[in-house]
Amino acid sequence: MSATAYVNARLLDPESGLDAPGGLLVERGRIADIGPRLFAEGVPDGARRVDCGGHCLAPGLIDMRVQLREPGEEHKETIVTAGQAAVVGGVTSVVALPNTEPVIDDVAGVEFIARRAREAKLVKVYTYAAATRRLEGKEITEIGLLAEFGARGFTDGLKAIANARVMRRALSYARAFDQVIIQHPEDPSLADGVMNEGEIATRLGLDGIPTAAEAIMVERDLRLVELTGGRYHAAHVSTAAAVDAIRRAKARGLAVTCDTAPHYFTLNETAVGDYRTFAKVSPPLRSEEDRQAVAEAVADGTIDAIASDHCPHDQEGKRLPFAIAEAGIAGLETLLPLSLALHHKGGIGLLDLLARVTARPAAILGLPGGRLAKGAPADLVLFDPEHPWLIDPDSFRSKSKNSPFDKHPVQGKVLATIVDGRPLYEAEV
Amino acid sequence: MATLGLRPHDSGFPHRHLLGIEGLSADQISFLLDLSESYVALSRSEQKKTDLLRGRTVINLFFESSTRTRTSFELAGKRLGADVINMSVAWSSIKKGETLIDTAMTLNAMHPDVLVVRHPDSGAVKLLSEKVNGAIINAGDGSHEHPTQALLDALTIRRRKGRLAGLTVAICGDILHSRVARSNVHLLSTMGARVRLVAPPTLLPTAIERMGVEVFFDMRKALEGCDIVMMLRLQTERMHGSFVPSIREYFRFYGLDREKLSAAKDDALVMHPGPMNRGVEIDSELADDIDRSLIREQVEMGVAVRMACLDVLTRSLRRNEPPGDST
Repeated sequence: MSATAYVNARLLDPESGLDAPGGLLVERGRIADIGPRLFAEGVPDGARRVDCGGHCLAPGLIDMRVQLREPGEEHKETIVTAGQAAVVGGVTSVVALPNTEPVIDDVAGVEFIARRAREAKLVKVYTYAAATRRLEGKEITEIGLLAEFGARGFTDGLKAIANARVMRRALSYARAFDQVIIQHPEDPSLADGVMNEGEIATRLGLDGIPTAAEAIMVERDLRLVELTGGRYHAAHVSTAAAVDAIRRAKARGLAVTCDTAPHYFTLNETAVGDYRTFAKVSPPLRSEEDRQAVAEAVADGTIDAIASDHCPHDQEGKRLPFAIAEAGIAGLETLLPLSLALHHKGGIGLLDLLARVTARPAAILGLPGGRLAKGAPADLVLFDPEHPWLIDPDSFRSKSKNSPFDKHPVQGKVLATIVDGRPLYEAEV
Repeated sequence: MATLGLRPHDSGFPHRHLLGIEGLSADQISFLLDLSESYVALSRSEQKKTDLLRGRTVINLFFESSTRTRTSFELAGKRLGADVINMSVAWSSIKKGETLIDTAMTLNAMHPDVLVVRHPDSGAVKLLSEKVNGAIINAGDGSHEHPTQALLDALTIRRRKGRLAGLTVAICGDILHSRVARSNVHLLSTMGARVRLVAPPTLLPTAIERMGVEVFFDMRKALEGCDIVMMLRLQTERMHGSFVPSIREYFRFYGLDREKLSAAKDDALVMHPGPMNRGVEIDSELADDIDRSLIREQVEMGVAVRMACLDVLTRSLRRNEPPGDST
């Protein structure tokens, strides 16, 4: 079996705190060795030698919130096209939401995803399963069986688990299998608007969603976590109020984690501008104060993870009056560069930032990747954190190009992506 | 924000479309009102028709039912000598936007000079304006804007009070869902009037005070010293427990009657964009009082204002210039 020696790299491993020049040896799809002086005596006989040119070699990104659109909406995305987009973004593992057609709420659905991912031979594809049958928010799914077949957490996807009794039971029952419940934290009765509530929504004549819709759901859920001892993860947190609530809960020692998406610390509600549907997301882009609070919470660790919240939509879904346009951004290919902006602005160290897209999501979901360690899968990303470029959605590998980041300047480029030792992507530089 | 396609060489009204009042300057508004005055005169004369727009096509594209506004635009177009076509499109959000974009493409192929568009979704008229070649007049989009209504209201006020600057205008009722209120707030504050909004808190949009208005929950206090009281229609589906508890409670606190009107100036005038819910937002007898109510005059001014809008938006065509952002 041939080996590959990655030489002349800046090794970055958030888990161990390693940030040093060195080399990494890959054998049989795993990291066989790693270290600053690894290839001081030259690369092993027969090993392929890859010169990293001094660029950063880090664990491949783990994107814990992705919509694959397969099965059911293959005209928007498939497991293959999402996989191709992922490798361009330096993402080596994706975790899929269960809001497909049909919904992933039984073992057959979980097995379908696993089979299609094996056939695609691209990135690792994990899936959540629905927390309630058909995402109806009434009856909990077979959490034990689904977990046994590989489901990595339970969520109703874009819908909040709104009923407190159902949420209590899900949190409580999932404890038996050490499974995490992932919430879309929005009180649906308050979240029937289409953008952030405030002056801009008022001027545009659009129904607003108050920040309280998120805060209320998070605070309720935290009570239920306390009541049940369950594991809870709040997805795509967008408000200062929710961040504060989670920060306090963590200080009290609750088993609570959360993520956000790059658009919540990159953009604010003004991006909606003159009814730009590409800036319509759920939850909505918030005020500048909220944006700053989210960025700070990523830096101080209150927000554990950054996920792309990849939400592919075709043109027909976006070329509509704002109120009825689809919500969401195709984000797989821009996760790393948009996140790196937080580091470049000086708010967070490079290792800490990388932890939010590697080690932390791996720990939350119990995934094997996310670290550079002997014996770990050789899921790697090689990137240049300084390289400046402009985002161009037309060049996305994703089937859908819905991104508000057209011509958005970023700094940091993925140069190569390796999954289980297989080089799947190399940038043209 | 609301108007696009600046044509700097056209001094009176440099916009290609009329999508909203927000973004118009006081001079541009005055220009439209002055021009409207001349069309009031024309409409009152024996020969009401000109051939200014002869050979031009105006399409009234209504995705939401409306008799008054559509008729007013139709009459305005016909008095200017244009060929006017009315198109009503049944709109449901289930059918989604295919209808909107497809309709726009279909109509574009017919080369209309002006499209007058009403749509139940905020921003839909703006979206349409990006897909067609002709000039667009927003005849009301969702809760966003209804610019010709604000212009006709301003013309009505200006004719009766001689000015807009310095007047105090109270706008009362369902501000939350009202495009009429938003357009009027923009226009009146741009022209130097003081605007007060009166409604129960459930019918006021968040941060509306940031638009330079004073907000009141108490109608009597709001009307104190007012020159103009502008009432808004309350939709039936919002009357019974969703936004207000009942019709009788709403009328008790926010319906305009003589008692509440007595708080305003002695010569205060009453307006309503129609259609009225008599006994809900306005006392029936008061609505018909020709000394206090401008409601019928508003309808007359509507035609004149729409003639003026059709006139200015087709001027570049009539000068044989290419439409849009040329030089």
